[in-house]
Amino acid sequence: MSNDKIKAPKEPLFSKKNKKLVTEPLDDNNPLTIQVLGICSALAITVSIEQALVMTGSVFFVLGAGNMIISLLRNLIPSRIRIIVQLVVVASLVIIVNEVLQAFLPDVAEKLSVFVGLIITNCIIMGRFEAFAMANKPWPSFLDAVGNTVGYGIVLVLVSLFREVFGAGKFFNVPIFGDRIEGTGLYSIGYMDNNFIILAPFALFAVGLIIWIQRARNKSLIEEH
Amino acid sequence: MDHINIFLKGVFIENMIFAYFLGMCSYLAVSKTVKTAVGLGAAVIFVLGVTVPVNYLLENYVLKEGALTWLDPSYADMDLSFLSFIMFIAVIASMVQLVEMLVEKFAPALYGALGIFLPLIAVNCSILGGALFMQERQYSTIGEATNFGISSGIGWFLAIVAIAAIREKIKYSKVPAPMRGLGITFVITGLMGIAFMSFSGINFDTTEKEEEAQDKPLTTEVLDSNLDHASID
Repeated sequence: MSNDKIKAPKEPLFSKKNKKLVTEPLDDNNPLTIQVLGICSALAITVSIEQALVMTGSVFFVLGAGNMIISLLRNLIPSRIRIIVQLVVVASLVIIVNEVLQAFLPDVAEKLSVFVGLIITNCIIMGRFEAFAMANKPWPSFLDAVGNTVGYGIVLVLVSLFREVFGAGKFFNVPIFGDRIEGTGLYSIGYMDNNFIILAPFALFAVGLIIWIQRARNKSLIEEH
Repeated sequence: MDHINIFLKGVFIENMIFAYFLGMCSYLAVSKTVKTAVGLGAAVIFVLGVTVPVNYLLENYVLKEGALTWLDPSYADMDLSFLSFIMFIAVIASMVQLVEMLVEKFAPALYGALGIFLPLIAVNCSILGGALFMQERQYSTIGEATNFGISSGIGWFLAIVAIAAIREKIKYSKVPAPMRGLGITFVITGLMGIAFMSFSGINFDTTEKEEEAQDKPLTTEVLDSNLDHASID
C-alpha cells in the first residue's frame, strides 16, 4: 500500500496525449499517404473490400502485438542487432496470422497469397517499431498501433471500395448493378464496368487522388517537390 | 519453362514494381536522384541474385513436404513449410549482413557506392517477395530460381532508375501544389505500369512457338496470332 503512494500520479489511460496517438495517424500523419509506409501491400490487395479488411485485421494483430513486445523488450535489445530481433518477432506473429487465415478463411488466404507473408517486410511495422515502440512504454505503443492500423485501413477500404464498385460492379462480392451477363439492372441501359480499374496501375491513381484531396484540404502537408 | 522465358517474365511481364508493387517503400523514398537509384537498384539485383537460390535450397531440402528424405526416409511426411517465413527472413537478414561484410572487404569501391543501401535491403519487400514467389511457382532447378532472382532484380532496377530520371526532370514542370512530390510520383508510376502492361501478351513459352517457327518465318502474322492466343487464355 505504502509503495503505491510514493509512485508518481499515474497518467490516465486515455489522456490527451494518448488520444492524440490514436487520432493523428488517421489523417495528418497517415501512415500511407504522409509517412509513405506499407505501400506495397496496400496497392496489391485492394481489389475487393473483403481482402482489404482481412489485410487490415492481420496488420492490426501483428502491429499491435509486435509494438507491445518490442516495447517491453526495448531495454534488452542491443541496438546493433535490433533489426534482426524485430524481424524475428514480426515473422513469428505473421506465421500465426497465416496459419489462422488458412484454417478459417482459406479462400481469402488464397487470394492474398504471398502478401500475408509480406506483412513481415511491411514498412509500417518496421517503421513504427523503430520510430515509436523502441522509445515508448507498452500502452502508448499499443495505442500507436491502433491509430496507425486504422489510418492504414481507411485508405485501404477507400481504394478497394472504389475499385470493387466501379471495376467489378460489386460490393462485398455482391453484384449491385444487376447481372452483367444477362444485362439486367443498370446494364440494361448500357452501363459497363470499367475493367481497367481492377488492374494494378489504377490502385496507384486512386492513392494519388486521395493524396491530392488530402493535401488540398490541409495545405501544411504540401511538399516542396 | 526455359530460361529466356523466365528472364523476360521477370524483367518485363511480371515486373516487381509495376505488376506486384513490391519494394514500393524504398522505390518511393530513394528515387529522388538517378545516382542513388542506381546504387539501390544494383544492390537489389545483387541481393536477390544471392538470396533466391539460397532460399530455393532451403525450401527444397528442408522445408517442403518430404524434403527431408535425404536425411532419413522416415521423414517423408514431414512438412515444415509453416516455418518458411521465419526461415526466409532469417536467411535474407543474415545474407545481407554477410554480403555487406564481403563487399566491404573485397570490393571497397562497390561498398562505397552501395554502402548505406545494403542494410536497408533486408526489409525491402521485393527481396522477401522474390523468395515467396519462388516458393509459390515451384521452379524445377536452382538455375531457374537464380535466373528468376536476377531478372526480377533487373526489373526492379529498371523501374527505380526510370522513375528517378522522371522525377529529376519533373522538378521543372508545373505540378498542382497538392500533387507535388508523392502524389505525382504515384500517378507517373501508374502510367508506367500501364505501359509495362503492354508486355503481357508476349509469350516465349517453348513448344507451340517452335512449331510455328518451323512452318513459316517469324512475321507480324505469327506475332499477332500469338497475341490473340494469349488474350483468349
